[in-house]
Amino acid sequence: MQSNRLGWILLAPTLVILFFFGVLPFIYVVYVSFHQWNPFAANPEMIFNGADNFRRIVFDAEFLNSVGVTVAFVFFAVLSELIVGYFLAQAFMKDFPGKAFFRTIHTLPLIMAPIIVGSVWKLMTTPSIGIIPHYLDEWFGITMNIGTSAPAAFATIVIMDVWHWTPLVTLTLIAALVSLPADPFEQAQIDGANSRQIFWHITLPMIMPAVVATVFIRLMDALRTVDEVWMLTGGGPGSATRFVGVHIFKEVFPKTNYGYGSTISVIVLYLTIVACWLLYVTMLAPRNTKED
Amino acid sequence: MKKQSPIIGLVFWILVSFLTLFPIYWLFVISVKPAVQLFSTPDVILSDPYWGNYAKVWGDRLLRSYMVNSLIISSGNAILCTVLGFFACYALSRFNMSGKESIFFWTITNRMAPPAVFLLPLFLLMTQVYAVGEWRLLDTRIGMILVYCTFNLPFAIWTLRPTVDGIPKELDEAAFVDGASPWKVITEVVFPLCRPGLAVTLILTWVFAWNEYLLAATLTNFNARTLTTGLSEYVTTTGTEWGIMATISVFTLIPALIVFGMVQRHIVAGLTFGAVKG
Repeated sequence: MQSNRLGWILLAPTLVILFFFGVLPFIYVVYVSFHQWNPFAANPEMIFNGADNFRRIVFDAEFLNSVGVTVAFVFFAVLSELIVGYFLAQAFMKDFPGKAFFRTIHTLPLIMAPIIVGSVWKLMTTPSIGIIPHYLDEWFGITMNIGTSAPAAFATIVIMDVWHWTPLVTLTLIAALVSLPADPFEQAQIDGANSRQIFWHITLPMIMPAVVATVFIRLMDALRTVDEVWMLTGGGPGSATRFVGVHIFKEVFPKTNYGYGSTISVIVLYLTIVACWLLYVTMLAPRNTKED
Repeated sequence: MKKQSPIIGLVFWILVSFLTLFPIYWLFVISVKPAVQLFSTPDVILSDPYWGNYAKVWGDRLLRSYMVNSLIISSGNAILCTVLGFFACYALSRFNMSGKESIFFWTITNRMAPPAVFLLPLFLLMTQVYAVGEWRLLDTRIGMILVYCTFNLPFAIWTLRPTVDGIPKELDEAAFVDGASPWKVITEVVFPLCRPGLAVTLILTWVFAWNEYLLAATLTNFNARTLTTGLSEYVTTTGTEWGIMATISVFTLIPALIVFGMVQRHIVAGLTFGAVKG
C-alpha cells in the first residue's frame, strides 16, 4: 500500500470545498439557533436567548405536525415508488420491441426541474382551469379541489412525487437486477418454487442493498423538498402539506423568525443524519466493508 | 416467466408512456396558448397553436444570457464534482486513511441540510468573507459552481464509490510494478475503466445543478442568474404569466433532454448509488 499522503492530497479539494460551503454555514446556523433574530427587521439585532428555541420546539404543535406529515409523505411516496419502480424494472428486464424507446420515455420526468414539475401539476390540478378536476367532474362527478381538501392536496403531492422520482428508482433497480447471478433462480425453479417464493426468498434479499440505497437517497431528498410543494400548494390547505422543508421556509421568510428557523433546521438535520446513519450502518456498511 | 402476447405488452407500455408524458405534453399545450384561452375549458387535443410566447422568450436577450449562465454553471459544476468525486473515491477506496469511512458518511450529510436556512449564511459568506477588494463571490458563476458542490459533490462520491471499489486493486498494482506514476495510474488505468459510472454521475449532477432553484434565486442577482430563476420572475403580484413560464420551462427541458440522451446507454450500468454488489 502506498503512503496515505497521496490519499489525503486527492481528498483535499473535496474537504476544502465542503468545509467552506457546508461546514462554515452550518456552524453559523448552530450559532444563530441560540438567538432570537429577525435579519429583515429595521434593527436586525441578534438576541441571545440560550436554549429557549430548543425548549419551544418540543411544544411546537405546528412543527410536530410537520414532522408527522413529512413521515407520512415519505412513507407513502417512497413505498409507491419502490413498488411501481420494481414492477417496471422487472418489465424492462424482458426483451420487447421498442424497449430502449420506452425506457427513454420513462426516464423523462427525472430531468425536469422541481419548480417546473410543481408548476405543471398546479396547472393540471387547480380547480376551474386544471384538466384533472375538470374531467373528474365531467366523467365521474367527483369534485377535486386541492385548495380546500387536505386529502386531495396530500394525495396530489404524493402522486406528483411518484411521477417525478419513480424513474430513478426503476433505473437503480434495473442496475441491481441486471447484476444478479442466474444460478439461484435456476436452482429454485428446479426445486419447484413459485414466483412469489422466488421473489421473497431470492430476488428481494439479493437486491436489498439497492432498495436500501434508493430509500436512503429518496428519504434524504424528500426531507429537504421545498420547490415542488411550495409551487403546488404552498404547504396548504391548512397544514396538510406543510413538510418540514416547507415549514422551515415559512418560518424564515414570511414569518422572519430566523433564529427559531435555524433551531428547527439543526434539529431536522440531526434527525435526518441519525435516521440515515442507522440505515447506513445496519444495511449498507456491512456490505461495503465485507470485501476488505 | 410466462410468454405474453406482444400486443398486451405494447398496450401496457403505451399506457405507461401516456401517463409519463402527459404532464410534459400539458406543459407544451400551455406554452402554445394565448393568455386569454388559459382559463377557458381545458381541451386535451391541441388545436390552433399560438407561437407568440416562443417568439417573446426567444427574443428576450436577458433570458438568453440566463440560459448561457445555466449552461456554464451546470456544466462546470458537473465536471468539477465528477472529477473531484472520482479523486475522493480513489482515495477512499485505495488508501487506509484513519477515519475514512466517517469522512465518507460525513460528505453525504452536506446534502441533507434543509436549504432554506442555509441561504443566509451562504449569502453573508459570499458577500463579506469570500471577497477580495471589490470582487466578491456572490452573483458569480464560479460562486454558484462552488455552492452547488454542497449537494452534488457528496452525490458524486456516493454514486462513484461502488464503481471505483469494483475496479480490482491488482490492476493498479500491476501498473505500479511497471513503473507508472500514481497520476498515470489514476488517469490512464482507473479513470477509463470507470467510464459508465462517471457518465451517470456527470449527467445526474448536471441535471441537479441545471434544475436547482432556491440557491440560485438567493445567491444571484443579475450576472449569474440562471434559467430556473428566470421562471419565477413571471410570478408577479398582478398575476402569473403561465404561458411564458411554460415556454421557458420547455426551453429549460430541451438542453437537459439532449444531455440526457447522450448517455442513456450508460445509465443503467453506472447507477449503483452506495450499494456494492456482494
